Formats: sequence, structure tokens, C-alpha cells
Amino acid sequence: MLSRTAENLYWMSRHIERAENTARVLDVAHRTSLLPLDIEGTEAYLWYAPLNITGCAISYEAKHGLARADAVTHYMALDADNPASIYSCLRLARENARSVRGAITSEMWQVINDTWLELKRLPEEMDHEKFRDFFDWVKDRSHLFRGVTLGTILKDIGLSFIKLGTFLERADNTARILDVKYHILLPSVSDVGGAADYYQWGSLLKSVSAFEAYQRIYRDVISPLRVSELLIFRADMPRSLHACMNEVEAALLEINGFSGQEARRLAGEQHAALHFGRIEDAFGRGLHEYLTDFLKNTALLGREIREAYLSRHDRMLNPK
Amino acid sequence: MNTKILEKYFNEMYSDNGAVREIYESYARWLKELPDGTLERRNTEAELLFRRLGITFAVYGETDNVERLIPFDIVPRIFGASEWRRLEMGLKQRVRALNAFLHDIYHDQEIIKAGVISAQQVLDNVLYRPEMQGVDLPNQVYAHIAGIDLVRVAENDFYVLEDNLRTPSGVSYMLENRKTMMRLFPELFAKHTVEPVEHYPQMLLNTLREAAPPNVTYPVIVVMTPGSYNSAYFEHAYLASQMGVELVEGQDLFVHQQKVYMHTTDGPQQVHVIYRRVDDDFIDPRVFLPDSTLGVPGLMDAYCSGNVALANGVGTGVADDKSTYLFVPEMIRFYLGETPLLSNVPTWRLSEPEDLSYVLAHLPELVIKEVQGSGGYGMLVGPTSTKAEIAAYKQRIQAEPAKFIAQPTLALSCCPTLVESGVAPRHVDLRPFVLSGKEVRIVPGGLTRVALNEGSLVVNSSQGGGTKDTWVLED
Repeated sequence: MLSRTAENLYWMSRHIERAENTARVLDVAHRTSLLPLDIEGTEAYLWYAPLNITGCAISYEAKHGLARADAVTHYMALDADNPASIYSCLRLARENARSVRGAITSEMWQVINDTWLELKRLPEEMDHEKFRDFFDWVKDRSHLFRGVTLGTILKDIGLSFIKLGTFLERADNTARILDVKYHILLPSVSDVGGAADYYQWGSLLKSVSAFEAYQRIYRDVISPLRVSELLIFRADMPRSLHACMNEVEAALLEINGFSGQEARRLAGEQHAALHFGRIEDAFGRGLHEYLTDFLKNTALLGREIREAYLSRHDRMLNPK
Repeated sequence: MNTKILEKYFNEMYSDNGAVREIYESYARWLKELPDGTLERRNTEAELLFRRLGITFAVYGETDNVERLIPFDIVPRIFGASEWRRLEMGLKQRVRALNAFLHDIYHDQEIIKAGVISAQQVLDNVLYRPEMQGVDLPNQVYAHIAGIDLVRVAENDFYVLEDNLRTPSGVSYMLENRKTMMRLFPELFAKHTVEPVEHYPQMLLNTLREAAPPNVTYPVIVVMTPGSYNSAYFEHAYLASQMGVELVEGQDLFVHQQKVYMHTTDGPQQVHVIYRRVDDDFIDPRVFLPDSTLGVPGLMDAYCSGNVALANGVGTGVADDKSTYLFVPEMIRFYLGETPLLSNVPTWRLSEPEDLSYVLAHLPELVIKEVQGSGGYGMLVGPTSTKAEIAAYKQRIQAEPAKFIAQPTLALSCCPTLVESGVAPRHVDLRPFVLSGKEVRIVPGGLTRVALNEGSLVVNSSQGGGTKDTWVLED
């Protein structure tokens, strides 16, 4: 497969997944903002979380100053100047798809194209309620796209690159949500089992659609340790780091190719750590440190994938 | 139904006395028996089909509506097999002569030595590429894909309007039009024996294989596009997928030791034949436009070394230029020793003072074209232009007369076409696609373009033209 085609497929799915994750993050921020939180400057405190998760706090501050609910929401959802906004992600997903129309099915193109066209028809003024609908819509479109992809595309390495993009992005995002949220929620750690805890950690779980899974697996009060375990180590939890790395490693094995050795090694290493790791050890080191390492390794893996498969630098000037 | 006959023009469905021409008889009967509104309904269906397939084209200079549908007319244009065979012979003859001319001027230049065409006409032409001098191409073929624009003015009178030897487009419409017609009117295809065109991509693939460097047994072939914002991108993607080859952009290729490779997820892969839909000027920034980002640095070097084939070859523009066009009949006599089977449109060259003064005095009757223009841009159709338009154009001519040619306004033939008021005659032309490899091949048919506006003679899609399916029927 052409490197450029693989690159477009990879970024197409990464951007769709990123749009979905951003919608999830914002959705949960909106839900959380409705809960009582006993801290000074609650609004700014709460609304820095989504900015930090998506890594756009600095660019936001430069434009809007202090974090405010409406400004953050608009900035992350609809601001065309913010390259990480849902708007930009859906635009980039479509642009990538457009360049590889021949490599995706017409149904896939239709979903991506319709999504973009509908997005452009959104009303100028969006209130709280409209945004909640909007986040649901973004999630729905992402689900639809994934379904249409799996239901229509040829199972060749094109699909592997699509999966690679999806699951790397999702792993990255789950790690960030957990990291940022963990810090916000720390003040209530002493209150394990209390009502506040239930709602706060509950909303985190809901943001990654893991609330029901938690209840089914643990059948107990919500504890930070278990939430972390669920989102990091449980292979049966579709948005956990472990589950994502399962998919990433499988995709890399399908893609294979002589240039991908280092990428496969890195993915294997990361996957093994999740496969055999224990939450107690991660907490022992400090969850923040653990997640920071994970994010660093994921970025490294992403770079290696680009280098091995997607880039078109003449570094391969000595053909076989 | 409006069956009024335009007196001035040759009507392909009705002869002068109003009777249906033989070749259209069966279709006309079918059309007559069709319940009212059926055509309109199927037309709506066709539009839906096209939109869903995403068969769009971009019009330069339009900001909104970047992706537009090219209008498709559901009334087919019909040729008889015997009239088609005559056209086919003429087309093959013409393309053979054009390729012989290109080989000659990039080698020994016998035609100049013989005084048939002047050295200045060839060598001073900006489309002449000195880089190609002495370069040997497989089968001595330069224009592997030629789109020859024809117009019909009478039962047996066809004129060649222009030869497109650079990157002629439109063949995807020929193919999609047929597919759509078969889907919309299966009963018509059951009734008529329409010669197939669907094997064009296979024929193209064979032609490209034959263009490969001679020592390569299994050539790797690619289609090269300027990118997804090009007006013909749909066609590039379409042909690549129909042939089962990669669609590449310049950035996907690189040259190493005079060989061309593409970046794949499995490392570099050598490429042997590039069906490029990028103009000469943009293919290699080291040789042509230095700021081109569409091309591949070093491509010309690889090409001239014979390690990669380009289709079409570099430097074909010198032969399809509107001032060289005048000499094509002479080329046919000179290289093939044959009498031209297809005629040229009489043409005035405005670089000649006599021609210039005649043309300036008769602008309202004539069609003026830029020598190096294409796509219907920058032309003047005298009879349908306003006085102000003519005056403005006159100034352009007077500034640089050599940049223009003039031709009489041809009475393009008319075909029945579905318009708002029903089925009415509209002017058409025809672009058949001629493929040259080890032999010259052509599928029976081509792209019929139709000027949808009443009385209009401009068929270009960028100027309100549409397309039709073109049928060659057994007589």
C-alpha cells in the first residue's frame, strides 16, 4: 500500500476517534459542572480539565484567559482556529478521507461527508442543551463510522491502518482522561465510598462508557483503585489501555513489513506491560508517573509507526 | 414533444423531410411509445446515481459549489457500425501520423528538411521540448492516449476540431454514462445491439504495459494525479481503481539512480510506467517549472534514461497545438503516404497578415481560439457574442495576433436531448479516445458532449455543456 494512502487512513480514523473523545470529555465536564464541588474557583478548576486532557490549555488562555464553561466548550467543540476542536477533527477526517476515496468504501465516505455537512449546518448560537445533543451526535457519528467501516471495508492492511489510528488515539485519550481526572478527584479520595465520590468517579466512568461495566465487574462502591484498574488493565473493557494495545499490536502484526520491526517491538513491550502489570504496582509508583510513562511510550510508538510506514522522506533511498 | 427541426443544422435523428434516420428508427419508436413523464423520472434517477457515485468535476474560478455534477443527458447519441468504422479508420490514421511526427521532430526532423513544415513552427513552439531530442521511446509512441475532438456537419462530413495529445480527460464519463444507461434502460439494451465500451480500462492497461521499458516483463504501472483538488481527480481515481493500479501523487514517488520508486508501507517499490495526468511543466522541478510541487525531482532524468515510461510522453504538446493542427493532413501524406480520411476545419492563422485582416473584418461570424488554450476557456464564438465582447476580444487579438487562430462557425450537428420543455435538438461534438501501444486501439464510442443551452455551440463542461452516452449500433 502507498505510504500516503496508509497515512490518510490512519489520520482519518485518529481524527474521528479524537472528535468522539473530545465530545466525551466535554460531555462529562458538563455533567460534572451540575454537581456540587466544594472548592474555591470551581468553574475554572473544573474547566481546565478538558483543556488539559486535550493539551490545549495554553492556546485557550492566549485567546480567552480564564477557563469559563461557555468559552471552553465553544473553543473545544466548534472553534475552527483550534486544531484540536471537534470541528477541526471532523474537517481533517474528511480531508484525509477525500484523498483516499479509492481506498475506502462509498458508504464510509458518505458517513464522513454527511457528518461534515451536518456540522456546518449547526446553529450559530448553542446553549447548554444544544451542546449536550451535539456531543451525543458526535458520538453517534463516530459509532456509525466505525460500524460502516467494519461492515463494508475489505479486510486488508488498509483496515489495519484504520484500526491503528483508532486505538492509538483511544489509548492516548483514556490515559489522559484518567490522569487529569485523577488529580481533580484527589481531594475526595479520603471520602471513598461517599456520595461525592460516587458521582465524581461515576462521571469519569460514564465519560468512557464504563459505568455499567464497572458495576457488573466489581459490584461494589466506586474506588479510585478499581476505576484505574478497569481503565488500564482490564482487557475486556473496550476503552482500557490494555484493550487498545491488544488491537494496536494485532494491527501491527497484520501490517508486518520489513521496516516496522521497531514499531512491533515497542507495541509488544507496551502490550506485555499491560498484560502482566498490576494496579497495585502502578499505584505504588504513583498513578501520574505511570500514566506519564505510558503516554510517552505511546507517542514514541506513534512516531515509529510514522517513520516505518507513513513517511515519504527519502530515508529509504537504498531499495532492496 | 418538440420535434422541430433546426433547418440550418444536420439533425442526427431526423432527416430533412422529417423522417427518422434509419439508425434511430428503433429508438424513436421506443421513445414514442414511452408513457409521458417516464424520461423525466428516469432522469431524476440518473442524477441521483451520479451524485451518489460522486462523479463530480471542479470548475476553475468558482469558489462555492466546488464539486459540481456534470449534467448527463439520458437520450443516447447513435452511430451506425459502418459510419463508425469509417471514423475509426480516420482516427487511427490521424493518431499514427501524429505519433510519427513527434518521433520525427525529436529525432531527424525529416519533415522540416522536406520543407513541409517550417523549423520555426516546430522549434520555436514553447511546447517543443528540446530535452526530448534524441530520446528513444518504446514503439516510437509519444501520445499513448489521444482524445480527438470531432464535429459532424453533414451525413458524411466530419471535421477534426482539435487533437488532444497531452492529458485528455473525459473517458470516465464515457464509461459511467454507459453504466448508467444500462441501469436506467435495460429494455433498450435488450432491443439494440450496442457495441460495448466497458473494456476501455483493460485496453488502457494493455497499452500502458506495452509502453513499459523493453526489458521489463512485469511492469509496475501507476496513475499519477496532481491531487484531489484537480478538476479531473475523479477520473484519475476511477481509472486507477478500474485498472487495479496505485493512484499516486508526485510526493509518493522519488528517483534514485535514474530509477523511479514509490513509497509504500513495505518500503520503496520501483515503478515502470506512469500514466501521468500532470502537465509537462509540472512533472520535474529540476527541468521544468522549479517551484512545482506536483512533480518528482529527477523524473526527466529517469525518463530519458529509459528506466520509466511516461504516458503520454513529454513534449506531445507541440503536435496538438492549434497552429500545428493545420499541418496534420500534410503529416498524414508525408509519413503514411495516405490521403487523410478526416478533414481539418479550415483555419486562419492570425500570424499571417492577410488572414489577420480578413478575420478582424469578420469577427461576428467566426470562432477565435487561443493557439495554446484548451477546455473552451478564452475563446470567442462570434455569432453568439455581444458587440462589447467582440470589441474586447479584438483588442486582445491586435495585441498579440500570433496567439490566435480563427475558424468558421461550424454548424455542429444536433441530437435529441431532454431539456425542460421536453426532447429537443441540441448541438453535440464527439471525443473518441485513441490508444497507441504496439498497435492503435479504440473502443467503439466516445464522449459525446452536448451544449444544453438552446442554440449554444459550446459543449465544454466548464461552459454549461453536458454529456451523452454514445452508441455504435450494428447496421
